[in-house]
Amino acid sequence: MTKSELIEILADKLSHLSAKDVEIAVKEILEMMAQTLSKGDRIEIRGFGSFSLHYRAPRIGRNPKTGESVELAGKYVPHFKPGKELRERVNEAMA
Amino acid sequence: MALTKAEVAEHLFEKVGLSKRDAKDMVECFFEQIRETLEKGEQVKLSGFGNFDIREKSERPGRNPKTGEDIPISARRVVTFRPGQKLKSRVESGNSDK
Repeated sequence: MTKSELIEILADKLSHLSAKDVEIAVKEILEMMAQTLSKGDRIEIRGFGSFSLHYRAPRIGRNPKTGESVELAGKYVPHFKPGKELRERVNEAMA
Repeated sequence: MALTKAEVAEHLFEKVGLSKRDAKDMVECFFEQIRETLEKGEQVKLSGFGNFDIREKSERPGRNPKTGEDIPISARRVVTFRPGQKLKSRVESGNSDK
């Protein structure tokens, strides 16, 4: 499912809302989530999961083309931990 | 402070002009639709944000950390999230001073 498919499905389900409003809302939700992580804050959605930042220590990397060493600074990367309901629903669907 | 569904709904009310009721439904349906899709074993791709993938894990040896007893960890299906390039670079540059 892509973002545009998600928008279509939600517009179908929330039929009293205009398709345009649903599209704007989906984009706003994702933008708000991205902004939250960019500010260094966490996201906690009960039953879905939480997003937090994980630190990656500085390291010496290598340019795969030239073999040259490059110093890479430490950085933060987004991390998702699925919540209990999502974990259980996905796993139970397997059986 | 962590972002929650209540704050996302409040934002949709203020910025998009949905009623409080619609804003709350919208947020609920947004996450529920993603859960349902993953439950079906289907990937979710949100461009600019990232992809949620399903991975099948086979059984592996585990241990009860309290008793030290060997117990196999059963085969299972798990969700993983791969942030997109755009999200990764926004997070990296937004937190480069920490």
